[in-house]
Amino acid sequence: MSELAAAAPVAAPAEPRRLTAAQRWRRRYGLATLGGAIIVLWIIVAIAAPLLAPYPPDLVDVTRRLKPPSSEYWFGTDMLGRDVFSRLLFGARVSLFAGIVVVILGAAFGTLLGGIAAYAGHRAEEALMRFTDLMLCFPPIILAMAIAAAMGIGTLNTMAAMLVVWWPKFARLARSLVLVQRGQEYVEAAHVIGYGPGRVLLKHILPNSIGPLIVLVTLDVGHAIIVFAGLSFLGLGVVPPTPEWGAMVSENRQLVEQWWGATFPGLAILSVVMGFNFLGDGIRDWLDPRARRR
Amino acid sequence: MRDVADGAGAPPKPDRDAPILEVRDLRTYIDTDAGVVRAVDGVSFSVMPGETLGIVGESGSGKSVTALSIMKLLPEQGRIAGGEIVFRGRDILGMTGDEVRSLRGSRIAMVFQDPMTSLNPVRRVSDQLVEAAIVHGRHDKASALRRAIALLGRMGISSPERQINSYPHQFSGGMRQRVMLAMGFSNDPLLLLADEPTTALDVTIQAQILDLLRELNSDFGAAIILISHDLGVIANVCRRVVVMYAGEEVEEGTTEALLASPRHPYTWALLNAAPRLDRYTPGQRRLTTIEGTPPDPLNWPKGCRFAPRCPFKIEKCAEHPPLLPSGDGRSSRCWVTQGGRSLPPAAAQVAATSGLVWSRPAATGETILELEGLVKHFSVPKPSLFAPRQAVHAVDGVDLTVRKGETVGLVGESGSGKSTLARLIVRIHEPDAGTIRFAGQDITHASGAAIRPLRRRMQMIFQDPYASLNPRMTAGDIVAEPLRFHGITADEAATSARVGELLGLVGLSPSAAAKYPHEFSGGQRQRISIARALAVSPDLIVADEPISSLDVNIQAQIINLLIDLQERLSLTYLFIAHDLAVVRHVSDRIVVLYLGKVMEIASSGNLFDQPLHPYTRSLISAVPIPDAAVERQRQRMHLQGEPPSALAPPSGCRFRTRCPIAAPRCASEMPPLVEHRPGQWAACHFPGQV
Repeated sequence: MSELAAAAPVAAPAEPRRLTAAQRWRRRYGLATLGGAIIVLWIIVAIAAPLLAPYPPDLVDVTRRLKPPSSEYWFGTDMLGRDVFSRLLFGARVSLFAGIVVVILGAAFGTLLGGIAAYAGHRAEEALMRFTDLMLCFPPIILAMAIAAAMGIGTLNTMAAMLVVWWPKFARLARSLVLVQRGQEYVEAAHVIGYGPGRVLLKHILPNSIGPLIVLVTLDVGHAIIVFAGLSFLGLGVVPPTPEWGAMVSENRQLVEQWWGATFPGLAILSVVMGFNFLGDGIRDWLDPRARRR
Repeated sequence: MRDVADGAGAPPKPDRDAPILEVRDLRTYIDTDAGVVRAVDGVSFSVMPGETLGIVGESGSGKSVTALSIMKLLPEQGRIAGGEIVFRGRDILGMTGDEVRSLRGSRIAMVFQDPMTSLNPVRRVSDQLVEAAIVHGRHDKASALRRAIALLGRMGISSPERQINSYPHQFSGGMRQRVMLAMGFSNDPLLLLADEPTTALDVTIQAQILDLLRELNSDFGAAIILISHDLGVIANVCRRVVVMYAGEEVEEGTTEALLASPRHPYTWALLNAAPRLDRYTPGQRRLTTIEGTPPDPLNWPKGCRFAPRCPFKIEKCAEHPPLLPSGDGRSSRCWVTQGGRSLPPAAAQVAATSGLVWSRPAATGETILELEGLVKHFSVPKPSLFAPRQAVHAVDGVDLTVRKGETVGLVGESGSGKSTLARLIVRIHEPDAGTIRFAGQDITHASGAAIRPLRRRMQMIFQDPYASLNPRMTAGDIVAEPLRFHGITADEAATSARVGELLGLVGLSPSAAAKYPHEFSGGQRQRISIARALAVSPDLIVADEPISSLDVNIQAQIINLLIDLQERLSLTYLFIAHDLAVVRHVSDRIVVLYLGKVMEIASSGNLFDQPLHPYTRSLISAVPIPDAAVERQRQRMHLQGEPPSALAPPSGCRFRTRCPIAAPRCASEMPPLVEHRPGQWAACHFPGQV
């Protein structure tokens, strides 16, 4: 190896470029592992919030309002004297729950609809995809406002509003993925064996289309959390005094001097979204053999 | 056309006696996760000005990497680890990026295998051709456009002034390859590197492109390096051949001498594995194959790299042989022939290795499949709202009877409807008109449930071994799927026993059941596909180009397997292929399709010895034969142009637009399929007149 490299002046550095397996793995999946760790940490926090929180999240104590971070109140207190740290931990429950549930339900519905549309073809495809486009047209915030106006403000109502606009992108992606697989010869082979369309779709086509969908799901949870926080920020999400990150930022946003009230929930949102993005990128690299080569 | 060749800015004539390109001991390595692949591992050759050199070898032998190394277009992971590439006295490897770029596309041109992806789909052909001409600063825009039009015309594109404004998708594969050639010649290259330029094309178009390459060589004086896996293609164009195996050059010599008496067993195997149109022994259905697969490129064998598969190996082969010249302008990397031994003719070898006697039961005469007036049109989107509805006439009235135990070959260019016909028969598609009777039952419009019991009697083998197996299922599950679905085996134990049996039947070990498709080679995957088809113990197997994406030697192995299986299980085959030599080899009867219609049906012997239809004639004459002497003497009847669009097929006889003997009658009257000789049917007004 080294003697060959020495014989060739044009060859790349005599040092072999090859990395050890561990180095390669770290270079490729290091960020993804970090992202996964952040998400696991937040999930543990959400589950164990009652055990970890030093105060009840709704405990109002006006005498202790707007205290800066201290050993007593790690992240300070808000206008009503509630402990920001405790509210942050409980807020993880609402934010993560809303983000994950919206994306998973939206992905399941969208995938099924897009898959059926692509597989059925002809008129059914046309009808289903035009319906999808129609849904894609709704601006989510306006729709959420309309639903909130009609059904009242609440976590579930907001999630329902998000779901209405959330599934179409999954339908679009699933349709294109199924269209690619549908033309493959192994699908024809399944037909020749005698399989009916439903079985071919579930057993052969969907398992081979699922990769990019998983990537989109992972990347999308962060997005859903931001949108939900945004809706809460606008006063459309949770009902006060439920702790929620977006709502917390909103409640404390006028307080410039008391920066802690809005900053810490904002950092929490940032960390979760980044965690999901890192994880999603890692999964995409792992599923894409071309990206794996490097 | 001379004005194109000698136009302004023609290069200074190089020294006629010095080689234009010299590759010395080239080593190109590719870094992968699994280790260093020594893709090219010591290759040396030289090309004289105006010479034609062929590089032949199977996939993975390093031919394409050699070409990419010459152009310095290696992928990111590739690096040239040693050797020299001297172009007109200068080492390309020592040049800067700018210097190499000024060579590419001006002094050295390259044409790639896949004409579908080598042109930019969103830019007009004219823009791409003009850009290629002006990028090296030897033309301005106006002269570049004039030259581009002249070159397109030279490359055989009719009305180039109009066609040059088309987008690539408006051109067929053959025409795109002509555009690529025009682009390559826009700066008067001294060397053309053509990497499998005809592999993706039909035989008739291949013959046109090969003719064009030869003309370009003689008219423009450009040297050509032609890379191919097909010795016939090489023999057609090249005067000298380099044979590559496992990253090494194993033999070099003039085409004639090398094909007449190969001095390396690999060349010998390559030459004998492919059936030849001009050498056909009736009854001799098995092909000569060499055992095994090419060695692992991460870990080439220590001694002779071919020794593990070599039928002639001797003790000395444990030592790595050097490439030794043998005086007469030839050289080979083999200890066996170094001692003066010559390699035996193929036939003797077959008899010795196969040991199987011709024991095929004759076709019983009982009809298993009957097609009558079968029609399938695919509607395409209307170009505008008020345009008339359009349809691709994929299959347009096909009658065919297949008897039990026979092999019927189906040939034709792409777009002739072969694959659609296969999919109609196994009812992946539903016919628009006509009837299909299988085993006495009308299945033309049978529902999925009604046809399910018959699925056990007819199966299909697909073309692409990479796409025909579900990548997420193990080989065992793939083969077990039909067993479970049809409840053929009673329980899981019986299923896995049967899977092992089936894998054994196709020459795989039972341990293969636990592996996933990507762990197998192309040939092995095709075996899994065959095992899946055999799982239901079918009577009829429709094989849609089952070997066309495999290397020559693997092709021969699969053909032999199919023949073995037919004899042991008395199968009936409908065998679709575009390789006429292969079809002749395996088929009892052959059906020639053109634009959805049957042109001729005849026994395999009659069809090739005395074809009646002019289309059959031209198809046969387009097949290159790996024998330079035979190639020179052959009478050619090359088809001109491309097949017409199946959206609006010609009136009367479909073939008349390309037929050399078309008469006015052919345009008005559709010739019926008539039996002109016993068992030989042709749809032509003037059968046998060419």
